[in-house]
This record gives sequence, structure tokens and C-alpha cells, in this order.
Amino acid sequence: MQSIPINTYTSPTVILELIYKLKVKHVMCDQVYTAATDTSLREVKELMRERSITGVPILEGKRIVGIISMDDIIQALDRGSMDEPAVRYMSRNLIVLEDDMPISIAISYFDRFRYRRFPVLNKHKELVGMVTSRDITTGLLVEINKEIDRLEQLTLDAGKGDGDFHGTRRYLIRSNDFEKAGRASMEIKKILKARNLDPKTIRRAAIAAYELEINLVIHSLGGEIACLFEDDQVVITSTDRGPGIQDVDLAMEEGYTTANAWIRSLGFGAGMGLPNVKQVSDQFTISSSTGAPTVVQSIIRFMTDQEGA
Amino acid sequence: MKLTYLAEELGYVPQCLPDPDGTATCGYTSDLLSDVMGNAPEDSILITVQAHKNAVAVASLAGMKAIVLCSRRTPSQDMLDTAEKEGIAIFTTADNQFSASWKIARGLSLV
Repeated sequence: MQSIPINTYTSPTVILELIYKLKVKHVMCDQVYTAATDTSLREVKELMRERSITGVPILEGKRIVGIISMDDIIQALDRGSMDEPAVRYMSRNLIVLEDDMPISIAISYFDRFRYRRFPVLNKHKELVGMVTSRDITTGLLVEINKEIDRLEQLTLDAGKGDGDFHGTRRYLIRSNDFEKAGRASMEIKKILKARNLDPKTIRRAAIAAYELEINLVIHSLGGEIACLFEDDQVVITSTDRGPGIQDVDLAMEEGYTTANAWIRSLGFGAGMGLPNVKQVSDQFTISSSTGAPTVVQSIIRFMTDQEGA
Repeated sequence: MKLTYLAEELGYVPQCLPDPDGTATCGYTSDLLSDVMGNAPEDSILITVQAHKNAVAVASLAGMKAIVLCSRRTPSQDMLDTAEKEGIAIFTTADNQFSASWKIARGLSLV
């Protein structure tokens, strides 16, 4: 018997808050396929097959009076009673949830009773949905994702409130993750902007960070952008987990690319990434070989007021 | 030039206009994002067919103000969301990049 491995007393606070805040109605499936009391088990079975469901509530008017589950169908097949009306074999011992209950109650119900689904009633005792443990898991995962996003954002925001962050920020970059591409560079740009640096310097750093980030997305097996913010310069280091560059000199040539057609169709892979980084950097180093991690470092010095003027 | 010029004078459809008083001083036409990144002037309008959110990231990092999506390309919802957040305006048009470029150049009094 599966249970939902979330303890409603001792789980992390974030999870506890979620399972009390989220209501059954937020996670339930509100498209419910029902049958009447005189529907035959054969028809109920057909409904299950067509809709890919494993339990059908039996209604008398608007009131739920029972439920036919896959188990009931299997037993009916065994007995040869498939043409009998549902009302005769349905489970009448109904455990229902209310749509306004927090999902913590649903979780404890799933763990306490052996049922795989619960009908959900509104306050007028009308059937408004069904909830399975899968619905709970999915609903929780969606919320946990949002919550983690929020917490990550808090970590990123911490320390830059004074607009003068010094130290290292690290950003994990996943291979082929075009969805998140640019996030690290935008963060780096925002941190530099908060320091009121010359816009040209900020732009140079943004270009270097973005090209290195996109390179990790397109070419690497995944890696990291580390950005060290110092008094007079920013050091952007990109380190990946391979597969390495065969010919570094060739990779530094403008227009040379190993990107495939669909990456180029997105507007990337023009063979300008590394040359762009080098062009905007005050100091640029790259080391790589086949099968080894590639490390690229770009240092951008901040112009003093006199230089900038 | 006010960005609203694109809608009012050229009939381009505003899909996202975070700052209705926004202005631009130049334009840049390219579908290669690293070309845009490396060479596009600040406060400019990006004229392109790249209708995905990486174009917004590049425009934002390069300090650009607006994106004009040519040849009936339409932006995805996540592109619009990102643009709203980053303060980048997005317009759509049936014009191709060449036509959009000369019309915008005229609006900017560059020709």
C-alpha cells in the first residue's frame, strides 16, 4: 500500500505551510465521470477504459451513493456479473473529502484508508471533484517549485540590498536549458548596476557573462559561472564538465561554430561568442582540450571617473 | 523617438509596452543574437524574427528598449512575461526586416 511520505507534524515548515494553505479544491480533478445507480458494470468498465480512470462515483440525482472501483470490476468479471446494475456491487462505505479542507487532511486520509481516490463534496454535499494521491503529489510539486524559486530569489537578493556586493556569486548552468539562459548574466548585470558603475563597463561585463553562459548551455555538459565582484574589477569564470574544445585557436576565430542547425535557428551559434568575450575583456584566458573541462576567465576592470569621462 | 511612434505612425501592434513614455535613439537589425549582444547600440530597437525569450534577454543585457518582430512572427507568452519584467517593449508587424528597418530609420530621422 502506497502512502504519501509527508509527515503532517514534523516535516519542514515550508512543506507544512503548503499542506495547510493548499485546499483540496486546488489540486482535485474537477472533471468527474459518473454513472447512475442502474448503469451496468459493463458500461462502467467502458467508461473507465475510455476516460482512463480507475474509479467511478455512482450518483442518485446529485447525491453520491457509492463508488465502483477497478477492484469491483475485477470481482464482477470473476463472478460473471458484468451486466448487473452498479448499485448492487458498489462500495457504499464512502469516505469523502470537502473541497475546503486543507490537503494535509487528504494526505492523512490516503495514509489511513486503503482507498486510492476520494470523492470531493462542496458544502452543499454535491460532488465537485475526485482526488487521487497523484493529484496531491502533482499539486505539491508545483507549489514546492514555486516556493523554491522564491527562496532562491531571496538568497540571490540577500546581500545586494546595500547595492554594494563584494564576493563571489555562483550560478549553475544546465546543458540545453534555453529556458533559463540569461538569468545569471541578468543577475550579474543587476548587481553591477546597483554599484552605479559606468554603463559601458556594465555592458561589457553583461556581454562576457551572457556569452559564457550561452556557451555552457549550447556546448557543454553543464557547468558553472562564478562571478567575483571586487572593488575595481569583476572576474567572470566559466567552468564546465566537458566535453572540451578540440582546437581552441579555431574556436576563437570569428564565425567558426560547432552548433547544430536548431541552435542556429534560435539565433545562437554564429561563432561570435568567444571572440565577443575576448573583445570586451581587459584580460582573457581560456584552457581546454578534448575530454577535459573548459575554463574561460574574463576580467573586466572598472573605469575610474577620470578614465570614463 | 517615442516607442509609441511604432504603433501610431507605422501601425505596428504593441504586444507589450512596459513604459508608454519609452524612447529609442537607434535601431539594430539582426537575427544573430551574439551579433546583437556584441554590436547593438544602447537605447535602440531590435528588428528581428527571433520570437523567443532569449531575444528579450539579449535586448535587456545590451540595454535596448524595444523589439520589433517582423514577418508576422508572434511572441510566446513566456517571451511577453520576460519582456514585461525586463521593461522591454515588443511590437509585431507583417513587414520584413528590410522594410521595418527603413521605416524605423525614417522615424528616427536617420535618413
